[in-house]
Amino acid sequence: MRVYLDHSATTATDKRVIEKMLPYFSEIYGNASSQHTFGVDAAKAVENARIQVAKALNASPNEIYFTSGGTESDNMALRGVVDAHGKKGRHVITTSIEHHAIIETCKMLEKQGVEVTYLTPDKSGIVSVEKVKEAMREDTILVSVMTANSEIGSIQPIKEIGALCRERKILFHTDAVQAIGNISVDVKRDNIDLLSLSAHKFYGPKGVGVIYIRNGVKVSRFMIGGEQERKMRAGTYNTPGIVGAGEAITLACADIEGHAKHLSTLRNHLAKRIVEEIPFCSINGTMDNDKRLPGNLNVTFDFIEGESILLMLDMAGIAASSGSACSSGSLEPSHVLLSIGVPAERAHGSIRFTLGRDNDLEQIDYTVDKLKETVERLRAISPLFKTVEGEKKNV
Amino acid sequence: MYNDKVLEAFKNPKNVGAMENADAEGTVGNASCGDIMKIYLKIENDVIIDAKFETFGCAAAIASSSTATEMIIGKTLDEALKIKNSDVIEKLEGLPPQKIHCSVLAEEAIKEAIQNYRAKKA
Ligand SMILES: Cc1ncc(COP(=O)(O)O)c(C=O)c1O
Repeated sequence: MRVYLDHSATTATDKRVIEKMLPYFSEIYGNASSQHTFGVDAAKAVENARIQVAKALNASPNEIYFTSGGTESDNMALRGVVDAHGKKGRHVITTSIEHHAIIETCKMLEKQGVEVTYLTPDKSGIVSVEKVKEAMREDTILVSVMTANSEIGSIQPIKEIGALCRERKILFHTDAVQAIGNISVDVKRDNIDLLSLSAHKFYGPKGVGVIYIRNGVKVSRFMIGGEQERKMRAGTYNTPGIVGAGEAITLACADIEGHAKHLSTLRNHLAKRIVEEIPFCSINGTMDNDKRLPGNLNVTFDFIEGESILLMLDMAGIAASSGSACSSGSLEPSHVLLSIGVPAERAHGSIRFTLGRDNDLEQIDYTVDKLKETVERLRAISPLFKTVEGEKKNV
Repeated sequence: MYNDKVLEAFKNPKNVGAMENADAEGTVGNASCGDIMKIYLKIENDVIIDAKFETFGCAAAIASSSTATEMIIGKTLDEALKIKNSDVIEKLEGLPPQKIHCSVLAEEAIKEAIQNYRAKKA
């Protein structure tokens, strides 16, 4: 059996999306900026996709800009705002659990003299509005807080943070890459000034993203060259990708509730069986359904290391991901797990399961069965487990 | 990422588990870095007649431990001390660059066990 439980890394492109994209490779292949019919037809498709994205976010089409993905959108938001508003202030507030696209960009901005405050979340992975409020200063120009975290799925109070920012006249950006299609996002209701999303996380193609910029918000352009996207983002339109993004977001947002219900039912079953059947493990983050992405589960298995778990699961056909440094080639374990207070040695033994549309109960049960075997085998090898077993016997 | 030899050693590691009445033990690494390796030795007349290991760590760490124990069984203590991490890598037909430290850990665990043994004897 093959079981894909890494949907936060990426998803399979929906067949219906591919179908819509195909004509734009070799039939309607014109450059969307060209004057001739080949180009005009491509431009129509781009504009249609823009309307689709705008609808899904409750934005206006002229607030939607296509990019190459979540990373570019995040870069553009931070660098574009700092550049355009640098005279007003040089202070940015973000969180310690953002994606590297935000964290590393902030580190770069710090080298350029920008001051950045990294707020830490509570144990459940949530950054409170109060913390944001306390961190605000006269010279704060931007707050960037992700809608939902990719590793532990924690959903941030973005609507409240957005309202606070609006009140203080500070711009609010949210990285909604993990949220789109899984929870409802509405730029008006949630008081969002800038938002990043990425099509491949909701069954769209890879390499296409969007930045929403509320009308009236000044952002310096990031990609420099031609006059595409009203001079905001240069580069020939990726017509098939953009068409795919538009179709994917329409499909993904058509039934968020049903989708979320399917995922959370399976996820809760997975969590329940793991906790009941595997000793010495614990769930990272909150299990409050309203505060966690419906398909996300993050578990620490004591005394063993994440990469070995992943590899053994992979041999059984199961794909997950880990918070261990060993699987990513870096030396530090997941910055998100460390941020919510998971000690390094336990962060090394953490596995993230992210469920998707095509998963079913049979796959989840198979996963738990294989997981039990895996954990048992690795604990038999571990010098840490024996000690605990020994201690247990001694008491 | 890993070659077949490493995967095989990870899947079916040799000499796994604690050893009762070991003549020597050596533990290196620490949990917060993500690897701990413990090697047990049975020694007769300065020859390693049996070796076992317990490892907390990634696939490369487990494969390195398994291979290292196989390499030292039958060797004299002096011969075992000469084993370098590069010898472990060679036996495994290569490790990814970011996993080289796992083979270093195996070399250090052997040295630690032998040093402990000699210190105890002296
Ligand atoms: C929260 C978050 N932001 C940004 C990104 C980057 O998106 P992309 O892969 O489209 O560059 C990801 C993807 O891993 C993500 O999870």
